Amino acid sequence: MNKLTRRATLAGLIATAGFAANPAFSLTTAGARALINEVVAKINSVINSGKSESAMYRDFEALFNRYADVPTISRSALGPPARSASSQQLRQFSDAFAGYLARKYGKQFRDFIGGEITVENARQVKSFQEVQAVAKLRGQSPFAVTFMVSDRSGSDLFFDLLIEGISLLKSERAEIGAMLDKRGGNIDALIRDLKSAG
Amino acid sequence: MLPALVSAKRILVLGLGLAVLTACSVPEPGTDVHDPYESVNRATHWVNVELDRSALRPASQVYGTLVPTPVRRSVDNAADNLGMPSAVLNKLLQGDIEDAVHNTARFAVNTTFGLLGFFDPATDMGLEARDTGFADTLATWGASEGAYVVLPLLGPSTERDTAGFVVDILTDPVGSVLGPRLGDQAEDNSLNFTAVSTVNNRYELTETVDGILYGSADSYAQLRLFYLDSRRFALGQTSDDDAVDLYDDLYEGLFDE
Repeated sequence: MNKLTRRATLAGLIATAGFAANPAFSLTTAGARALINEVVAKINSVINSGKSESAMYRDFEALFNRYADVPTISRSALGPPARSASSQQLRQFSDAFAGYLARKYGKQFRDFIGGEITVENARQVKSFQEVQAVAKLRGQSPFAVTFMVSDRSGSDLFFDLLIEGISLLKSERAEIGAMLDKRGGNIDALIRDLKSAG
Repeated sequence: MLPALVSAKRILVLGLGLAVLTACSVPEPGTDVHDPYESVNRATHWVNVELDRSALRPASQVYGTLVPTPVRRSVDNAADNLGMPSAVLNKLLQGDIEDAVHNTARFAVNTTFGLLGFFDPATDMGLEARDTGFADTLATWGASEGAYVVLPLLGPSTERDTAGFVVDILTDPVGSVLGPRLGDQAEDNSLNFTAVSTVNNRYELTETVDGILYGSADSYAQLRLFYLDSRRFALGQTSDDDAVDLYDDLYEGLFDE
């Protein structure tokens, strides 16, 4: 074993030990980038598949359920009331919320047909990874799409998606908050109505 | 600029007062909105939504249906091209020589080969528009955002952006009245447009705008969030700044209890 390899091996051992000691940072920038590359490749294949719009919505819903941290996003969208909700309510809300998101944003994916998303950059911000992509759609100037990725749910998933700085998480927090206010804070009424909203 | 600074100071004082008053409660994460005129703003918002429902939306549907896409795009291009000299001036004021030269080249190409700007060969040559306006210049000079305001007909803005817009009318009268509002780098996603481009963009973004204005439980709050976040993003603020608290809270509260 020559000097260089030994040094590399040592560095590798230290790095491994570091990761093991700090599980919160085990998702690397490269790992997050690879994950979003995979997501983006699948999105591109859906928007260029030539399938019917309703088939595309179903594909997007499946992608979202596979790669997004839906339970965390939905609990955050519910805001402080999530703390007093029962686990059954949380589960029902999460299911209704996932369907609502697919319907609401599915309609807008029509604009993406024939376009392409490319991952450009990735970096660590505090305990999570930020992956920056660019969407190039027909007849429009390119716009920025950013994925926030974390492994703190137990698997590598994205927990927010930003388009030109507009956060899905933040806007759904505001929206679900407003819906809950309109229903006098009644979570069951919110769940019921969410099943047909979007 | 001055009113914006004065009100920023007022907000600061108000904020300090509130911070003292609410020292015990935890501020809701992700709420970084200064909206002291909310009740007036909401009233203006509803007038704007009513105008959209009765005039802008129907007009945009007629325009979009009658006028073919290439013509609509050309009108958009021409208004955009007329705004380039103002964008060049503002890039210079911001000290961004590279973008000023870039926009000058774009203006030259589109005014000549693009037949007075009705066509856009510059973008294919790598000379895409790097729009900006006096609001961006004010931001570069360090003016704070000021309060969120909703302008009659024009929609969401801030005190700083409104001051910038007034100056834009002087430096780019046609673009300010006919074209997409400069100073709005996220122009394709923004909801601030005037006259012809307003109608055109209202048509092209029918689903999205309808979803916000008529599908939301609180369209005022959604529009405010969209405007402020896309503006801050266009001005180069990143997730290092305001959203991080929200993200921290996300997993702290859920898994570390």
